[in-house]
Amino acid sequence: MSDISAAFVTALGLIARLDVNLVEIVALSLQVSLTAVAVAACVGLPLGAAVALGRFPGRRVLIVLLNGFMGLPPVVVGLFVYLLLSRAGPLGALGLLFTPSAMVIAQATLITPIIAALTRQVVEDAWREYEEQLRSLGVTPRRAVFTLLWDTRFSLVTAVLAGFGRASAEVGAVMIVGGNIDGVTRVMTTAIALETSKGDLPLALGLGLILITLVLGVNAAAYVIKEAAQRKFG
Amino acid sequence: MLRHRLLTFIGVLAVAILAAAPAPAQDKFITVASTTSTEQSGLFGHILPLFKAKTGIDVRVIAQGTGQALATGRRGDADVVFVHDRASELKFVDEGYGIERREVMYNDFVLVGPKSDPAKVAGTKDVAAALKKIAEAKAPFASRGDKSGTHAAELRLWKIAGVDPESGKGAWYRETGSGMGPTLNTAAAMDAYALTDRGTWISFKNRRNLAIVVEGDQRLFNQYGVMLVNPAKHAHVKKDLGMAFIDWITSPEGQKAIADYKIGGQQLFFPNYRKAGAS
Amino acid sequence: MIGAMHSPSSILPLSVRDLTFVAGGKTIIDRISFDLRHGQRTVILGPNGAGKSVLLRLCHGLLVPSGGSIVWGGGQPHPERRQAMVFQRPVMLRRSALANITYALKLAGVSRAERGMRAHAALAKVGLDRLADSPARVLSGGEQQRLALARAWALAPEVLFLDEPTANLDPGATRMIEEAIAVIHANGTKIVMTTHDLGQARRIADEVIFLHRGRVLEHSPAARFFDQPATPEAAAFIRGDLIW
Repeated sequence: MSDISAAFVTALGLIARLDVNLVEIVALSLQVSLTAVAVAACVGLPLGAAVALGRFPGRRVLIVLLNGFMGLPPVVVGLFVYLLLSRAGPLGALGLLFTPSAMVIAQATLITPIIAALTRQVVEDAWREYEEQLRSLGVTPRRAVFTLLWDTRFSLVTAVLAGFGRASAEVGAVMIVGGNIDGVTRVMTTAIALETSKGDLPLALGLGLILITLVLGVNAAAYVIKEAAQRKFG
Repeated sequence: MLRHRLLTFIGVLAVAILAAAPAPAQDKFITVASTTSTEQSGLFGHILPLFKAKTGIDVRVIAQGTGQALATGRRGDADVVFVHDRASELKFVDEGYGIERREVMYNDFVLVGPKSDPAKVAGTKDVAAALKKIAEAKAPFASRGDKSGTHAAELRLWKIAGVDPESGKGAWYRETGSGMGPTLNTAAAMDAYALTDRGTWISFKNRRNLAIVVEGDQRLFNQYGVMLVNPAKHAHVKKDLGMAFIDWITSPEGQKAIADYKIGGQQLFFPNYRKAGAS
Repeated sequence: MIGAMHSPSSILPLSVRDLTFVAGGKTIIDRISFDLRHGQRTVILGPNGAGKSVLLRLCHGLLVPSGGSIVWGGGQPHPERRQAMVFQRPVMLRRSALANITYALKLAGVSRAERGMRAHAALAKVGLDRLADSPARVLSGGEQQRLALARAWALAPEVLFLDEPTANLDPGATRMIEEAIAVIHANGTKIVMTTHDLGQARRIADEVIFLHRGRVLEHSPAARFFDQPATPEAAAFIRGDLIW
C-alpha cells in the first residue's frame, strides 16, 4: 500500500514540476498513438463499411479474421513489423526501424482490425435499418458506404476511441520496433516498463497513473464533443 | 477513377506516417546495440552527453540482452555493438559481422540472496562452492535465461561448480527469460538467489530482503567489448561516426569518463583498454 | 415545377403478369396479373398477411420476383428513377430535415442551386418549413412521415408507392398525411397505396385491388367495390369480419 501512495506523490511531483523528461515522453506518446489512430481510422472505417455492405466470396471468412485480429498480441505485431523494417528485411532500405514512424506503423497495424471490425458491425446494423429506404432512393451499396459512415458517426467515435485506448496502452509493439531509445522513441508505456525493470516501482506506478489520466482525459473530451453534436443532430 | 483515388489516399497516409519521424533527421547519430546493464546502471546517461559535447554525435542506445544485441548487429540494424560476452563477441568477429573489437571496461558480478540465506553461503569467497551448496540445498535461484552476457557467465559458473542447473528446472531453478531488473524483481519477490552485475545491483531499488552474499571471486570478473558492425556486410553502417565512438570510449578521455561514474561514491565500471590487449 | 408530366416517355402503364413470389417455402404472391394506369388513386386493400407490402416492394423493384413479369410502359431504361416510395416507418438520416431532402435530390442528379429551392418548396407543401433545420430524427412520428412524403414529392415521381403510411400515426397526423397525398395526386402523380384500414380506403381510393392470400380477388372502381363486392371474402372484409 505504501508503494501506491508513494506513486501518487511521485506522480504529482512530476506533474507539478512539469518534469522535462515527462513532458517529452507524454508528447511523443500522444503523437505516436494519435497518428496511429488517424491512419488506422482512414483505413479501418471504409474497410469495415465495405465489408458490411459488400457481397463477395470469402466475406464471412474476412469477418471472422477481422474480429479475431482485434485480439492480435501487440508483441507479435511488433515482431512482425520489426522483421519488415529491419535492414535485413524487405523494407530495410527505408531506415525506419527505431524511429517513431516505425511505432506508428506497428500501432496502426494493431488497431486497424479493431476499428474495422467495430465499424463493420455498426454499419451492418445501420444498413439493416436503412437498406429499403436507401435503395428506394437509388443508393447502391457502394454509394451507401460514405452515407452510412457519416450517419453512424457517433457510434464510430466509440470504435475509434477503442483503437486509441489499445494503442496508448500497449508496450510490446513499440518496445520492439522503437527500441525505447531515450529522447527518441521512449513513450509512456516503455518508460513504465523500464522503470519497473530498474526496480523503481513508485516511479513506474506514478507514470502509470499519469498515463491512465491522460487516456481518461481524451475519452472525456470525446464524450463531451459527442454529446454536444448528438444534441444538435439527433 | 477509383484506383487513382486509392493511390492518392495511400500517398497521403505515407506522408502522415513519415511526418511522425523526429524532426532533426539531419543530426549526426549512431545506433548502438548494448546491454541492459550499461543502460540501467546509468553509465550511458553519464558518458554519452560528454561524447556528444565533444563530437556533436547523438548516440541512440537500444538496450537489449547480449544475445539480442548481437542479433541486431548481425541484421545490420545497429552501427556499433557494446556487450559483455567475450566468447560470443569473438564468434561475431570470426563470422565477419564485426570489426575493430576492443576491450573497454569491466565490472564484476555479485551473487545476491535472501537475508535468511537458506543455503548458508553468505560471506564465502568461492562462488563455485556457493553455487554447489545452493543446488544441494535446492534453494530458489532466479536465472535470466535469456542468452545475455550475464546468463552466459552464470552458466559458466554452474559448469565450474560441476552442477547442471537444468536438473532443478521448474523446481528451485527458475528461468525468467528476462532482463536483469525484472529478474531481480522476481528474485526479491521469491526470496531467491541470483547472479547480477554490480552496476545494476547498486542502482536497483526494489531489493526487499536481498543482499550481496558472495563477491570478489576472480571468476566474477565481467569484461565489456565494443565492436563496429562490419560495413562490408552492411553498407549503410555509419563507419566514421561509429569509429569516432569506439575511438573516444577507448581514449584516455573516454576511459576517464567511465571511471568517474559513481553511484553513492562507489565506482561501478573499471576501464581497462590496452592497445596491445585489443583482440 | 413539382408535378409529374404525362409525357410520351411515361413509365405507365405498369403491366404485371403472373407475378409470383416465394420465400421460405411459402408462396406469398400467387400468379397475380393486373395493370396500373395513370390518373386514378389505386388502393391495394386486404387483411394483414395478404401480401400487400410484398406486392408493393415487387413493383418498386426492392424484391426480385420468383416468377412472372413486371413491365413498365415505354421500355424506360430506369423506371425506378421515376418512382418513389414511402414506408410504414419513416427512415431518416442523422441530418436536418432539409438535408434529408437535398440528399435524395442530389442522388437524382439535381443541381445544387435547384436542390435547395425544391427542398424548401416540398417542406412548405407539407407544412414543415419551420422545421427545415431541425434534426430529422427528433421530429415526431407524424412529422417524420410528412417529411418522408415531402422527400418523395421533391423527386417529382410519376408513381408514388405508399406502404401503410399512417398505420402508426394518430388521427390528426393521419389526416395531414391524407391531405398531402391528395395534393400530390392533384399535381399529377399516380398514387399506389396499401392499407388494411377500410375507412382510409373509402376516403382515398378511386380504384381498389383486393388482395387475399397472395391472390387478386377483385380489381374494380372504388364505388363498385364498396357497394357491390363480387366475392364473399371481400364482402366479409367490408362487413368487418376477420378473414384469413
